[in-house]
Amino acid sequence: MGVGIEVADLNAWYGSTHTLKDITLNIPANAATALIGPSGCGKSTFVRCLNRMHETNPTARATGTVKVGDKDIYRDSSPVEIRRRIGMVFQRPNPFPTMSIYDNVASGLKLNGFRNRKMLDETVERSLKQAALWEEVKDDLKKKSGASLSGGQQQRLCIARALAVDPEVLLMDEPASALDPVSTSKIEDLIFYLKNEYTIVIVTHNMQQAARVAENTGFFLTGNLVEFTSTNLIFTKPKDKRTEDYITGRFG
Amino acid sequence: MRIHFHKTLGDLKERLLVMAGLAEQAVQRSIEAYNTRDLSLCDLVFQSEPAINRFQREIDQMALDLLAREQPMAVDLRFILAVLRINADLERVGDQAVNIAARARDISTQNNVDLPVDIPKLAKLASAMVRKSLQSFIEEDAAMANTVLTMDDEVDAMNRAAFTAITVLLQEHSELAPQALSTLIIARNLERVGDHATNIAEDVIFWVEGADVRHGGDAINSSQSMD
Repeated sequence: MGVGIEVADLNAWYGSTHTLKDITLNIPANAATALIGPSGCGKSTFVRCLNRMHETNPTARATGTVKVGDKDIYRDSSPVEIRRRIGMVFQRPNPFPTMSIYDNVASGLKLNGFRNRKMLDETVERSLKQAALWEEVKDDLKKKSGASLSGGQQQRLCIARALAVDPEVLLMDEPASALDPVSTSKIEDLIFYLKNEYTIVIVTHNMQQAARVAENTGFFLTGNLVEFTSTNLIFTKPKDKRTEDYITGRFG
Repeated sequence: MRIHFHKTLGDLKERLLVMAGLAEQAVQRSIEAYNTRDLSLCDLVFQSEPAINRFQREIDQMALDLLAREQPMAVDLRFILAVLRINADLERVGDQAVNIAARARDISTQNNVDLPVDIPKLAKLASAMVRKSLQSFIEEDAAMANTVLTMDDEVDAMNRAAFTAITVLLQEHSELAPQALSTLIIARNLERVGDHATNIAEDVIFWVEGADVRHGGDAINSSQSMD
């Protein structure tokens, strides 16, 4: 099951650039939360702080607290542990190109030391089914490489790979922006299905996508969380003028 | 900036106001026809109806195209929804004008009698409601729209009083039934015009403030999903 995420007073920097300013919000469990905002507003930095990927940049630092479930990820967890609990899917599908479909999905488990063949088989099948890719690849699991799949299939493969380690949260950074409309629909359908079992945070430039898939939406601007509320409210009656200007295209 | 989109929203507003002008004029002419027994005014009202209907379809199509192509959000979405509703109300205002003109034409063939219903006063009030609701739309003024809602009570009261007065009259003077019933129907038509103006005012409030004040109920908000 998914867990909630409580973020309090989160600040982040790249070098001397203050990219996130005093962010406080609670992301509910087992729901999709969308983060929108113009380029450079801090939304991607924000999700990277949720699984401690932000700190992989040598000039980056962050302060504040991020609690995933009841664990403070900056104090009570190692980066390795937190990235197992929080899967991530990126804008461009990034399967391991030389690995088979099977090995792509099993890679996380193998890295964590799992060797039991039967368990690996079951997990690969379950994860591919969850990612709605199983029917399309089940006959080629070990014959085809991840890179041989179409872009949409590759992205679902990456989702399957993230799900294989049984995370509680799935972060998606523009997961469909490089995909055609049919593949995009599949990813969006998947989000609806997956939020029953996982907490989903999706960064998107596509406001209609946020409106379609997310229960709650947050609007970021110049490192500030301007507004965070139900998706219905933010797209029909936003409280803040800056939110309204952005979503109605009066911005800039 | 979505310059083209916002220009098209302006075009939609302008189009609706042209249609509103036609509907308002039709009501005024129908009342004038009742007051003066001028049948040529009735004809003008009848002739305006197809134009109003055509505007209704054009405006609906423009709004549909904008929804499909621009996927408007927030105030723009509320605006288009309000335009669609106001469009339907204006078309109905045009229909009421036609009904009034038809009654006025009937009455013009009957003896002129003094009836206990002040149609000119009722018409003035209903017309003022339409004008004010449209003015609030033009000026995006929710407070002004709100004053239209209170005016409706007076129109409703006058319509009820007309019903009572005509009922009493007919108990003693059944020979006046044709004129009395036509006049009562006109009062009813004007009361409906007031209702449409009220709807328009409510739509202006919805557009400008995002508040649904219809049926005097508490606001129904978008579902909350924060927990």
